[in-house]
Amino acid sequence: MSARATIDVSELPAHAFGNRSIMWWATVGVIAIEAAVFAATIATYFYLQGNEKSWPPADTPLPDLLWPSINVLILLVSLVPNQIVKSAAEHHNLRTIRIGMIVADLFAVAFVVVRALEFRHLNVSWDSNAYGSITWTLLGFHTFHLVTDLADSIVLTVLMFSRHAHEGKRFVDVAENSFYWYFVVISWIPIYGVLYWAPRLL
Amino acid sequence: MNELEERALLEKTWANESGPFAWFRQVDHRSIGRRFLFTAFVWFACGGVLAALMRIQLARPNNAFLSADRYDQIFTLHGITMMFLFGVPVMEALAVYVLPLMLGTRALAFPRANAYAYYLFLFAGIMVYTALLLGMAPDTGWFSYVPLASPMFGPGKRVDIWAELVNFTEISALVVAIEVVVTILKQRAPGMSIHRMPLYVWSMLVTAMMILFAMPSVMVASNFIGLDRLVGTHLFNPAEGGDVLLWQHLFWFFGHPEVYIIFIPGLGIVSSITAVFCRRPVFGYTAMVLSLVATAFMGFGLWVHHMFATGLPQSGESFFTAASMMIAIPSGVQIFCWIATIWLGRPSYRPPFLFVLGFLAIFVIGGLTGVMVASVPLDLQLHDTFFVVAHFHYVLIGGAVFPLLGGIFYWFPKMTGRLMNERLGHLSFWLTFVGFNLTFFPMHKLGLAGMPRRVYTYLPETGWTTLNVLSTIGAGILSLGMLVYFGNALWSMRRGRAAGSNPWDADTLEWSTSSPPPVYNFQHLPVVTSREPLWHEPDQAPIVTGLAPDKREVLITRVLDAAPDHRYTYPHPTVWPFASAVITGMMLVAGLFTPWAFAIGMALLAIFLTGWFWPSNPKKEGDA
Repeated sequence: MSARATIDVSELPAHAFGNRSIMWWATVGVIAIEAAVFAATIATYFYLQGNEKSWPPADTPLPDLLWPSINVLILLVSLVPNQIVKSAAEHHNLRTIRIGMIVADLFAVAFVVVRALEFRHLNVSWDSNAYGSITWTLLGFHTFHLVTDLADSIVLTVLMFSRHAHEGKRFVDVAENSFYWYFVVISWIPIYGVLYWAPRLL
Repeated sequence: MNELEERALLEKTWANESGPFAWFRQVDHRSIGRRFLFTAFVWFACGGVLAALMRIQLARPNNAFLSADRYDQIFTLHGITMMFLFGVPVMEALAVYVLPLMLGTRALAFPRANAYAYYLFLFAGIMVYTALLLGMAPDTGWFSYVPLASPMFGPGKRVDIWAELVNFTEISALVVAIEVVVTILKQRAPGMSIHRMPLYVWSMLVTAMMILFAMPSVMVASNFIGLDRLVGTHLFNPAEGGDVLLWQHLFWFFGHPEVYIIFIPGLGIVSSITAVFCRRPVFGYTAMVLSLVATAFMGFGLWVHHMFATGLPQSGESFFTAASMMIAIPSGVQIFCWIATIWLGRPSYRPPFLFVLGFLAIFVIGGLTGVMVASVPLDLQLHDTFFVVAHFHYVLIGGAVFPLLGGIFYWFPKMTGRLMNERLGHLSFWLTFVGFNLTFFPMHKLGLAGMPRRVYTYLPETGWTTLNVLSTIGAGILSLGMLVYFGNALWSMRRGRAAGSNPWDADTLEWSTSSPPPVYNFQHLPVVTSREPLWHEPDQAPIVTGLAPDKREVLITRVLDAAPDHRYTYPHPTVWPFASAVITGMMLVAGLFTPWAFAIGMALLAIFLTGWFWPSNPKKEGDA
């Protein structure tokens, strides 16, 4: 046995960021699944639109633009603390991580609060017609995806204030959580376009 | 530290717990993989019994053995079982066990998530078979078309049970798919660069990728139908602007790739077995890999051929006919590569290889009838007849079950340390092969003669009796073959001949460790310098040292060249995955009755998942 050539890996690091990390790849997998869910739902939206002479159907008012547009702004601005957290995690800067994650979580909370107002200003119920159904369902799927990520981020924030915060792999978790937030933001833009602009422009 | 001390320490670090509740806490890929396989085969047996009941009912005209309602539930549950509770999970289960060994690593990625996926899968089958015993199993076919499945025509909870079953099994399948992708991309032994991956590994990578993009579509569909039924949305209600064909698009965008998801792992198994039993590498490695990838891409572009009878635009029909026929090209390339391998090799006709030959014969026939039904005029004639039943059983039993039976025979010694009996193996092969063809070949003719599928009985004047009798006799022989096969497996588990580490003189890494493998798989991770590492002086191949034996450390390597990159520590056994699966299961079952189940269930699940992810203490730093 001793005669065999060996590769000694004991000096290798115990964690790594980005596409070197298994957490990054798992996150990409989750993103692929959710993107497929949104794609199928958006395809359904336009499929149903094809069945109607006008969209929204006659006697159904358009959804209000104000709250969702505010939410677009909130998400775009949230990219700043998010990026700060991500780069702080990659540099193991715990102080910045802690402050940045609280700020980023507050943005997400604000988004969810405004989301509640958004639902109230869709101006249609899910059971009035197929347009209402798909509008509520698409916004509902996005809300589900948002709330689960918020809950996850809050747990991770608390974790970063605990004695476990100093382990290397926690920094990877924080960085990949921020990476996922990019998907949250990027997926909201087309869904916002579909729900609020497609009925106006198409 | 010498070799012995290191082994003892590794044993302690990776050991499964003992005690009454240990079963609920296990996370290691071998235990979960074995359980996963066993459970999948239990559901397979249940589905087989349902098939036998159908064959008894159809053995003579005007038979009153089963009522129409009971028959509807049985054919629906047979389809659901074979597609959702067997076809996909059993292939993932085999990968859960085999992949880490074949890749030369100590664990599957995300071991706790793997346990969670297993329990969800277990609960799914329990739920739907309980429903059958209560006489309320789904009865709208495995694809549960609206409007039959809509609230107006499908009252009661039967369709809702179908929808929740889809949620259960697809969450489970998606979780395992992510584990498989990550394990393959990031945990290969050093040196196993992407062009040295065994073909079985390629087939699982392709399958897992397809799962990620196909399964969401059926989850979207099942949640849509659930919403229509539970809270009164109108997604499939034409009276309010909904659309029934939309269902078919969403379903088949999943449903067609599903077929490939089920048999592509089978193709991988076939390649493994063919190489070993022909004593040479599979001919045309690059062509094989490209064919697998091409099949996966094309598989997403043919779903409409299930909908030719719905009156689609002619341009659409032409496109999907062409695409469906094109899929024969990569399939054909693979068939010719295997034939070339057998031609150039020295085949030895032992049971695993017999099942491969059975696969070749049956799968080619299924492929040819597939080209036939890809043509719109013929499809309009054959749609919803027994011809289609014959076609997809040739593809799926030929493409998945025969390779799987060969694969279980082949990897059985690795899992149990004992070989299955070869004479019984030969006997079970011939019984299943003859029984299968006798069951399903007459169905081609029945379909051409106009017998529709899913009828619970028929009239004597139709002239379908003789062929149905033949088919039922065939089903009896097929069942006998299965009994011999699984009887052999159960008997050999205790009394089979001891196998040793590499009884087939095989080429891939799983055969370099003992049978069954130690809990840590490999004391020293192997280093790979060729595509067939065990056929090229394995004793002189380099090895990896330096992984900490007192932690559950695995080596993470780079995606393309598999160069060592970093170490990562995996978590210890825990009850949280089981507990979270119980909560998920309760949420989905309560969701049959009230939408509030999801609000309360998600809140509870958040608490449980927090418990899952919270590190236990700083020394045992593992909680992925």
